[in-house]
Amino acid sequence: MFLSISSSHSLNHHLTLLIMKLFIIILFTLLSTTFSSSIKAQQTVKSETIKIPVYNYTQLEPMLHPKADNDTTYIFNFWATYCIPCIKELPYFEQIGKEYASKKVKVVLISMDFKSKITSQVIPFIKKRKVQSPVIVLSDPDANSWIDKVNATWSGALPATLIVKGNSREFYEKSFTYDELQVLTIKFLKQ
Amino acid sequence: MKRIVLLITLVLAAFAGISAQGYKVGDTAADFKLKNVDNKMVSLADFSKAKGFIIVFTCNHCPYAKAYEQRIVALDKKYKAKGYPVIAINPNNPATVPADSFEEMQKRHKEAGFTFPYLFDNGQKIYPVYGATRTPHVFLLEKTKKGNVVRYIGAIDDNYEDASAVKTPYLANAVDALLAGKEVNPSSTKAIGCGIK
Repeated sequence: MFLSISSSHSLNHHLTLLIMKLFIIILFTLLSTTFSSSIKAQQTVKSETIKIPVYNYTQLEPMLHPKADNDTTYIFNFWATYCIPCIKELPYFEQIGKEYASKKVKVVLISMDFKSKITSQVIPFIKKRKVQSPVIVLSDPDANSWIDKVNATWSGALPATLIVKGNSREFYEKSFTYDELQVLTIKFLKQ
Repeated sequence: MKRIVLLITLVLAAFAGISAQGYKVGDTAADFKLKNVDNKMVSLADFSKAKGFIIVFTCNHCPYAKAYEQRIVALDKKYKAKGYPVIAINPNNPATVPADSFEEMQKRHKEAGFTFPYLFDNGQKIYPVYGATRTPHVFLLEKTKKGNVVRYIGAIDDNYEDASAVKTPYLANAVDALLAGKEVNPSSTKAIGCGIK
């Protein structure tokens, strides 16, 4: 073996060069793949940059009152990242929003988190849980001035849900199960 | 037939009674006997010199409750001397919210420097009687001959996020009105809070 190598020295040299070249090409390919995938990930993160609109009640109010001929069913869920029952029911709202999207159902998550916690709490929460429904923050600290406008029966406790389609609207100060929410959604779809 | 109608009426009345739980302004509030963070039982009847009470349903974990902790301490410091001490009650079930356990209440009381009793509604028996739905949720009581009458229900002030931006301190105004022998106006307000669980 050694002999044969030493005897065909020039060939061996060529082979070594070829192998080295191949190795370098493979290495570059590997490196560039890794590199590009890491760039891709960063771009995804960038494209996933979440912008949360912040409204006061006056700005939010038109959303809660769609026009009478609007046939979209809007489900507004008042929640907060720290609210345990809100977090529990959130996946059901997400699921309904997804399953009934083709039937003109739109879920809007209205966060009552403090404005100062949007960067530290709300955005990380949305990323971690991969929340798909639109999230807005309602920041209007004199809640007494607007809670009754959402619904007179609302005490102000979270979670709370408002479902609206045209002139039909219902309000619930409670936690939902998936089944309850589905029954309610179907009821509105038939209206 | 009349009997059936009567029976139906009674059943409906019973249901109406169930759905309309909780106090309204003007109702006489029940006393209670709840365990304080120092392990002693506390009742409203213990405060023989008080003119009334600022009952605050609050808890450890809720950011709204946290945002108001120092404001509640300030209210207690100001109004205890005038006959209206703060009595805080945690209505949450620790099995649902571990952060609101009695041990955690003891810690919070110490850390936040509470100057008032912080009672545990063990078994969640008191908050439904009052009709508290969230934390924080205030019931201002005035001691009268017929008992502790509810004079104000609702929010502490009009800015949960920023104490320095408060325009109307609803609760302080209500206590001031009682101290001045005036009518409380508004006698009820609403606030966003963590649902009691």
